[in-house]
Amino acid sequence: MGELRTTVEVRKAAELAEAEDIESTSRFTLKKAFALMHRQPLGTAGLFIVLFMILMAIFANYISPYNPVENDFMSMGAAPNGEHWFGTDQFGRDLLTRIIYGARTALFVGFSSAFIGATIGLVLGVTSAYFGGYFDLLFQRVMDIFMAFPLIIMALAVVTALGPGTVNVIIAITIPFVSRCARVVRSSALAIREIPYVDAARALGFGHNRIVLRHMVPNVMAPYLIMITSFLGQAILLEASLSYLGLGVQEPTPAWGLMLQGGAEEYAESAPWIAIFPGLAISLAVFGFNLFGDALRDVLDPKLRSR
Amino acid sequence: MFRYIVKRILLVIPTLLGAAVLVFLLLRMIPGDICELKLAGTGGYFDKEALAICQKELGLGRPLLVQFFEWIWGVMRFDFGVSMWTNRPIIEEIGLRFQLSLEIALLATFSATLIAISLGVTSAIKQDTWIDYLVRLFSIAGIAMPSFWLGILIILGLLISTQAWFGEPWMMPIEYTPIWVDPIANLSQVIWPALATGYRYSAVATRMTRSAMLEVLREDYIRTARAKGLLEKVIINRHALKNALLPVITVIGIEFAFLMGGLVVTEQVFNLNGLGKLFVGSVSNNDYTMTQALVMLVALIFVATNLVVDILYAWLDPRIRYN
Repeated sequence: MGELRTTVEVRKAAELAEAEDIESTSRFTLKKAFALMHRQPLGTAGLFIVLFMILMAIFANYISPYNPVENDFMSMGAAPNGEHWFGTDQFGRDLLTRIIYGARTALFVGFSSAFIGATIGLVLGVTSAYFGGYFDLLFQRVMDIFMAFPLIIMALAVVTALGPGTVNVIIAITIPFVSRCARVVRSSALAIREIPYVDAARALGFGHNRIVLRHMVPNVMAPYLIMITSFLGQAILLEASLSYLGLGVQEPTPAWGLMLQGGAEEYAESAPWIAIFPGLAISLAVFGFNLFGDALRDVLDPKLRSR
Repeated sequence: MFRYIVKRILLVIPTLLGAAVLVFLLLRMIPGDICELKLAGTGGYFDKEALAICQKELGLGRPLLVQFFEWIWGVMRFDFGVSMWTNRPIIEEIGLRFQLSLEIALLATFSATLIAISLGVTSAIKQDTWIDYLVRLFSIAGIAMPSFWLGILIILGLLISTQAWFGEPWMMPIEYTPIWVDPIANLSQVIWPALATGYRYSAVATRMTRSAMLEVLREDYIRTARAKGLLEKVIINRHALKNALLPVITVIGIEFAFLMGGLVVTEQVFNLNGLGKLFVGSVSNNDYTMTQALVMLVALIFVATNLVVDILYAWLDPRIRYN
């Protein structure tokens, strides 16, 4: 072809290269990952915090220096020192160990409620958009009812009905998430329903299940993933709040919110580390998930940038 | 406009009714009932007869449908019944605490709005400078930090700093003093929880203000205003901010309703006798009637706030009204 002469040709070549670039993004390479990291420094920081938390939770029993439920009556409320880096609580339990194990509780509750809530919401939202009509209208009104409460009030009402405990906390957090995810997914799915390939699938005589699950659900993955990451931080905060109120995870299970409940205020003056470190852990985890979620949202769907 | 408002109000009724059904059924799913708890509290051992009498008194044995309609009929006349735990009228119990919670909520909203708009606008104007990064860090941290932990930190800070300055630690008063009786005593109590809940609130609103401002500042009419040679101050305040405020108002409205949730935890931290504490107490006591009434109250505030925001929005932006 030789050299490019006119500006039109140059622009065309650039467009072509760009198109190839977009096409090749489906293949994941290390170079591309680094480029993405460079463009999203905050998101990368978030990713590292999240990975750190996950590793901490998985390897809790290898890296923590003590047993999380063992009381050491010789050093109750000890200040941070060489043996106990974060100090001990009023029962002489090592705070660092309990924070490391607390990551397990927080991530377990966070991931399960975010994943279950968003997935049920995904299926419901797409189904509602697909069928439309009266079904959709009724479904929307039901979601409105669930949305008529702030997250924590809804979760508290569920905990009242089910009682405290780790599994019930997950259920309590999941329920309000369903309606929130369903609503967002529904609006994306409404647009997808109008695209001809759904008509084509219907014309081919595919069943409702197949169209919803195989043709529509995969196309609303972006809002779904965004909702999951934004739920993760919220779920960790909610779990901590419920546990702090004594209505969530119960003693002696190590949980960050629970650690702030008993001694934190009572010993605020004499042992402030009991109040400081678990709160830092909660904030860092939520901070990490939020940063990562924001970056993910920017990469996957810039239009959703509402907040 | 009138038609829009009527339509919007009519939509609220089924939502509230549905919320009532949901709450009612949810609380009836509880395995142990309040009578067991109440009697167990008096001495550990209790006989079946006392339990039956208690259940009959509170009307727990009757069909659910009857109980539900009786309750709804009462709610429509603002009669929420009596608390199953204290036997006092619920409206009275709520009234006692409403003032405190409302004051905290209003104070938090007011300060959060002020902070959010000034920080958000500054951050947008100085995009990608150190000021912008600082504001963004401040707001991301505000969303990540649990308000109850911030509350604990505030208490801790107060104790330590007053110890250092005055030689003895100072704690805010626990007894509520109405603002018209003693404004200083009132504020010295209410300002801290307002700060703890307001931080998150302002963080959310700051982020919204910033992104809305950034979007508006790229509009053509802003460039036109600049080309006309208008003062930058006029462009920001009169042209940009006015349009950027729309989504901010929504967020402030939504967060105001969420504030109720924040208060639930924060009042516990500061040991304040407000609606939030009443709520947690009634949840732990299985006090159905009280929990029901409080959840309905929150739903009502939530729905009403959304209604006001929608109407305000339609009023400010004619495009919505005519859609």
